[in-house]
Amino acid sequence: MIFLKLFWEFFKVGLFAVGGGLATLPFLYEIAAKTGWFDASSIIDMIAVSESTPGPIGVNMATYTGFKIQGILGGITATAGLVLPSIIVCVIVRMFLQKFKESKNVQSIFGGLRPASMALVTSAGLGVVTSCLVFPKLILQGNFADGLHIKGIIFAFILFFLMRKFKKHPVLYIALSAAAGIIIGF
Amino acid sequence: MKKILELFLTFAKMGAVCFGGGYAMLPLLEREIVNKKGWATQEEILDYFALGQCTPGVIAVNVSTFIGHKIGGVAGAFAATAGMVFCPSIIILTIAGLLTNYAENPIVQRAFSGIQVCVCVLVLDAVTKLWNKSVKNKLGVVIFAAVLLLSLFTDISSSLFVIGAGLVGFIAGKVSELKEADKK
Repeated sequence: MIFLKLFWEFFKVGLFAVGGGLATLPFLYEIAAKTGWFDASSIIDMIAVSESTPGPIGVNMATYTGFKIQGILGGITATAGLVLPSIIVCVIVRMFLQKFKESKNVQSIFGGLRPASMALVTSAGLGVVTSCLVFPKLILQGNFADGLHIKGIIFAFILFFLMRKFKKHPVLYIALSAAAGIIIGF
Repeated sequence: MKKILELFLTFAKMGAVCFGGGYAMLPLLEREIVNKKGWATQEEILDYFALGQCTPGVIAVNVSTFIGHKIGGVAGAFAATAGMVFCPSIIILTIAGLLTNYAENPIVQRAFSGIQVCVCVLVLDAVTKLWNKSVKNKLGVVIFAAVLLLSLFTDISSSLFVIGAGLVGFIAGKVSELKEADKK
């Protein structure tokens, strides 16, 4: 019974949270208030864990919550509930798209979508920059010493140079950065 | 069947190293799906990201489903998504079961401070590479700039940007059609 309820609660999150990982947050607060499965402060713990492990944040939150409530099977149930609506909706959307792929209208819609998609990715990238390398609020106050994280910025440029020069798999740079983080700290 | 297994494994590999959620997937997709497997073009990946914004659920899962469905139908969609969430789920289950205070561990925090720098460089690197594929005319530059500024400085939901940009594209297409008709 509890498994069914877990599945259903996360199915609803997967169905209604539009716009990615952090869009699941308000729904998690709602589940916390409604079911008492976890409290608001453990949501903050979950965010911290999700952000420092690989994988989509929404999925990590579902697994973590499910596990806390009903162990391993609970974790799997909640994760399955979260992703099922995505699979159903996306498969339908793609079938529909296949049908109208040659249509001029669909092509002009995508002409507008691609730059928007790029802008959103860029914005997310800059969001990470302003949480670890450059802090605009401090710079606006004239505090350049704390506003610019010099050590991190130099490391970012080194990484960028290495990526362009050697074109290795991203995982290599991630591993290198984790090691540099442990040794130097950013 | 082989395709389905290949889909699962490819996405499992990406899921294992995809730090920072959906957008951090872009450089990985470029490498694995576009360059190595040839399963989709760069344009298609961008389309899937845009659609993934306005379809419900986690973006990385939506993008995985789109690519999986393209390559292996409904079974492919399930395989790609299952692959994407496989490693993260196991890692989370391990952490939740064994390591309390994982996120407060100083070594984890230091490692992550490095990974964070890497994720933003990877994402921005992928963006500069994809620029020519996605921004093809003046209208594209305007849409890019408008969405970037609005998403940086307002709290408007990203799905609204996608819907708005799609509308603008649609109208621009209609306008140029009318112009063509006028010339004739």
